Amino acid sequence: MTNFFFALVGRTVRLSLGAGGGAFVGLIFFLSVVAVVPFGVGPDMKLLARIGPAMLWIAALLATLLGLDRLFQDDRDDGSLDQFMLSGLPLELVVLAKAIGHWLATGLPLVLGAPVFGLILGMEAQAIGLVTLTLLIGTPALIFIGTIGAALITALRRGGLLVAILVLPFTIPVLIFGVSTITAATTTGMPVMNPMLILVALTMASAVIGPVAGAAALRAGMD
Amino acid sequence: MNKRQTRLSAETIAVSRGGRTIFEQVSFTLGAGQMLAVTGANGSGKSTLLRAVASLLPLAEGTIRFEHPARDDATIAENVHYFGHLDGLKPGLSVRDNLALWAKFAGRAGLPAIEALEQVELDHLDDLPAGYLSAGQKRRASLARLLVVQRPIWLLDEPTSALDSRSEAIFGDLLAQHLGEGGLALAATHRPLPVASHATLALGAA
Repeated sequence: MTNFFFALVGRTVRLSLGAGGGAFVGLIFFLSVVAVVPFGVGPDMKLLARIGPAMLWIAALLATLLGLDRLFQDDRDDGSLDQFMLSGLPLELVVLAKAIGHWLATGLPLVLGAPVFGLILGMEAQAIGLVTLTLLIGTPALIFIGTIGAALITALRRGGLLVAILVLPFTIPVLIFGVSTITAATTTGMPVMNPMLILVALTMASAVIGPVAGAAALRAGMD
Repeated sequence: MNKRQTRLSAETIAVSRGGRTIFEQVSFTLGAGQMLAVTGANGSGKSTLLRAVASLLPLAEGTIRFEHPARDDATIAENVHYFGHLDGLKPGLSVRDNLALWAKFAGRAGLPAIEALEQVELDHLDDLPAGYLSAGQKRRASLARLLVVQRPIWLLDEPTSALDSRSEAIFGDLLAQHLGEGGLALAATHRPLPVASHATLALGAA
C-alpha cells in the first residue's frame, strides 16, 4: 500500500518532468516574470530590492498555477483515475501523492531558482535567504490548495484558466504571510516568527484539507 | 479450498446517470469459476453495469455483495480488475514502467511484470514508450495488468475489441485459466467470447 503511494509520487514527478517539460515551463515562466519587472519599474535598485520579495512570491504563485489543470485530467482521460480508485489506496492519499509529486516537479525548482532570481532583482542576502525559506514552506500550501481546483475541473473539458480563477483567491493568505515574513525582517522590523508560523500553519492545514476536498471533488465528478 | 463460498451477487440494482435511469431491476449471482456475459444493444447500459459493480458509479437502488472465504475485510473495489475501454497507459512511460505501478495495487501478488508481458507476447517491447504501441498492443499491455496482481473478479468491457485472432486466443487462455483457478468474470460484449460463459444477462435498450 505504501509502495503504491511512493510509486505514484515517483510517477507523477516523472510525468511532470518528462512530457511537455512542465517543471521547466514553470521555472522559465518564473524567470520571465522576474526578468521583465526591472524593465517595467525602471533601473531603481533600491525600489527593486524593496519590491523584490513580493515580485518573487507573485511570480512563484502564478508559476505553480500553470500546470495544475492537467493534474487529474490526464488521468481521467486515459483511464488511470478509474484504476487509482480501485487500487486499494484511499482516494485522499492518491490525491496527496499526486500533490507531493507535483510539488517535487514544479514547486521545488522554483524554490531552488529563487536565490538566483533574487540576485537579478538586486536583493540583499538576508532577503534572498528569507524568500527561499518562505517559498520552501509556502509553495506546498499553494499546490495543496491548487489540487482542490484541479480536482474540481477534472470532469470539465477545457478548464485551464478556470483553475487559476478558482484557486487564486484562496492562495492570497499564503502570499500575505509569505511576503510579510520577509518584510518583517528587512523593512518593518516586526517579529519574524509570527507571520512565519502562520505560514507553516497554512501549509499544514492545506495539506489535510487539500487531499480530503480534492478526493471529494473527484468522487463527485465520477458520475 | 472451499470454493463454494465465493459468491458475487447483485440484487435488483439500478443506476441512473444525469437524472436518467440507465437500467433497473437487474439481479445476478455468480460463483467461483463462473462468467456472466452481459449483452445488449449500444446504450443499454453494459459498461454502466460493469462500472457500477466496480463501485466506480453509485447505485441508485439495490445492493451488490461479494463473499470470499479468504477476503473478509476487502471491499469490492479491492477485489476487481476493471478492464475497460481506456487502457490507463501513460504514453511517455515505457510499457514496463506503466506496469510497475499497477503491480503495486492491493491484492495478492501475481506474476512479475516481465512474465506478465511474456504471457501477452509484449516482452520484446517492454522498454518502448507506451505511446508507440498499436491499439491492439495497448489492449494487451493493459491485459497484463490483470496478471501482475491477482484479484478474484474480472470486469471485462468489450475485452476482445482491437485484438487480432491470435491475441484473442491468448486472452481466451488467460480468461480460462483465471476461471479455472476459481475466479469470477463479468464480460460485456457484442462478439462471441473465446470462453463459454455460465450465464447471459441481456440488458434491454433504454
